[in-house]
Amino acid sequence: MGGIRSSTAIKESFGDKLFLTGVYTFLTIALVVVLYPLIYIVSSSLSDPAAVSSGKVWLWPVDFTLRGYEVVFKNPQIITGYTNSLIYTFFGTIISVTLTVLIAYPLSRKTFFGRGFLMFFIVFTMLFYGGLIPTYLVVQKLGMIDTRWAMLIPNAVAVWQVIIARTFFQASIPDELVEASEMDGCSDLRFLWSVVLPLAKPIIAVLVLMYAVFQWNAYFDALIYLKSVDLQPLQIVLRNIIILNTGSSGSMEASEMLRRQELADLMKYSLIVVASLPVLLIYPFVQRHFVKGMLIGSIKG
Amino acid sequence: MRFQLINIGGIFLKTVTTTVSGSAQTIETKSSLLKNARKSFKRHWQFYLLIIPPVLYFLIFKYIPMLNSVIAFKDYNVIEGIWGSPWAGFKHFELFFNNPQFWTLVKNTFYLSLYSLAVGFPIPIILALALNEIRNGIFKRTVQMVTYAPYFISTVVLVSMMFLLLGARDGIANQLLATLGIESINFFGAPSMFRDIYVWSDVWQYAGYSAIIYLATLSGIDPELYEAAKVDGASRFQKILYVDIPGLMPVAVIILILNVGNLMAIGFEKVYLMQNPLNLATSEIIATYVYKIGLLNANFSFATAVGLFNSFINLVLLILVNALAKRISNQSLW
Repeated sequence: MGGIRSSTAIKESFGDKLFLTGVYTFLTIALVVVLYPLIYIVSSSLSDPAAVSSGKVWLWPVDFTLRGYEVVFKNPQIITGYTNSLIYTFFGTIISVTLTVLIAYPLSRKTFFGRGFLMFFIVFTMLFYGGLIPTYLVVQKLGMIDTRWAMLIPNAVAVWQVIIARTFFQASIPDELVEASEMDGCSDLRFLWSVVLPLAKPIIAVLVLMYAVFQWNAYFDALIYLKSVDLQPLQIVLRNIIILNTGSSGSMEASEMLRRQELADLMKYSLIVVASLPVLLIYPFVQRHFVKGMLIGSIKG
Repeated sequence: MRFQLINIGGIFLKTVTTTVSGSAQTIETKSSLLKNARKSFKRHWQFYLLIIPPVLYFLIFKYIPMLNSVIAFKDYNVIEGIWGSPWAGFKHFELFFNNPQFWTLVKNTFYLSLYSLAVGFPIPIILALALNEIRNGIFKRTVQMVTYAPYFISTVVLVSMMFLLLGARDGIANQLLATLGIESINFFGAPSMFRDIYVWSDVWQYAGYSAIIYLATLSGIDPELYEAAKVDGASRFQKILYVDIPGLMPVAVIILILNVGNLMAIGFEKVYLMQNPLNLATSEIIATYVYKIGLLNANFSFATAVGLFNSFINLVLLILVNALAKRISNQSLW
């Protein structure tokens, strides 16, 4: 870049063009580097097992087949994991969004006494972490170990989402509206329910999406709190099959002894696609909301 | 827009601290404070009911664990419980400091974080600066959308993908090396490769996401500054150097402070997934050690002491860096 800089001083437009070419090259490389692994995984999952293991797949599927997906959907472990993940995501998101709104809305009201202290009370938990074992002991004492509650409650509220929601309420619910409603004798609860929530649909959408993605992708809580196989979410099943390389043979047909290993390998690609599908399917539609949410959170409160 | 964005995370902390100290400071206003409180309780009693569940959540799952960490100074046993177990003083801390693994753990944690920071901090800025140069809508949007996508992939999926792509036998990376006539690399079996894989896969996953905040800041820079630069005959690169980068500075400093403050808190999840007996020499960090000692070996007190040591270092780092940034660039969290 140093060379470009010195040349720009002499010949402006040429230097700028050269610089812009460099920028385009850099971004194109970034695009390819990010995109290629994703395409490769999807293509492999749709290819013949033999083609994948012999390295014939480079970009597009070779000898198209859906057998990897058949194996995935026949595996009882994966079906259980998928169902569990759907349950955790659905209920976890409801709990998280409710708790977040319950605290974020009062925090947004200037006449609410104690909001400064309450905000500090919440933000402090971001700065100092009680620790893995001390938290585990609390969850244990509550009898949540190895129950579905352990996936839904101990990490229900994220401080960052509270800040985002509070900032939104502050910025988008005009004080005049609050005052007018108070004059009419409208209670806080009623105002929240019938005025604020309908107005807050965009932020509720952001909260739902963020919590849902977080829940779907979570594996740490399951790792430390869950023991029963029936309760494990998909991420744990995925880890067992691909990273620890165990338990993949459950539903494999015995007649295919020779191709079994290849098929087991192929199934890993399909499993990755299946596990990311819910999130990646909604991604194009929610991307804008996510960006918005992230920027709301960064606006002054 | 610009002013709002500059205050990421920072200002709310500022407002919080001022209100707290403000309420404690003045005794004269105490009576009016009480009046305010009474008025607020009367007017907003429903709010005080509403906040009970979330406040209980924070008390139970965030503050009680802080109290529970007292077991770091005790010999915890299940029968006597947290408060009944006998005191042990600094025994567990001494044990940890004298542990032959101590320096390896600290070094591994520190190197990994520092490497992550050195690579992961500038790349999103460069990406944002580059994207900001592009006027072509479709190309720009495509790059943004694609680089942002990996953020939504779970850690387990990411590590699984790496296992498949970088597999020792038939991973695509080694097949490529083979066609080039280069000897295959056992990516996950080599301690020397661990940090590279960890850090660069992080860049792959998060660079696009982290660039968003910088892009938004760039779009908020006063157009007059660009006009002035044009009049002065600045080239594109000079414009970046003298307009864009100074415009990004405040946000960048805040993000840097937050990152340094989290230096020792590097994520357990990905490291643990990438770990295997072969790369343990570089991949064992404090967080994974705490997990193994604490939950797998049920040595609760010792593991808590190690975790507490880590949290403490983090807090000190955050305070130090914040003070340093305040002095150098006038930017700080509080």
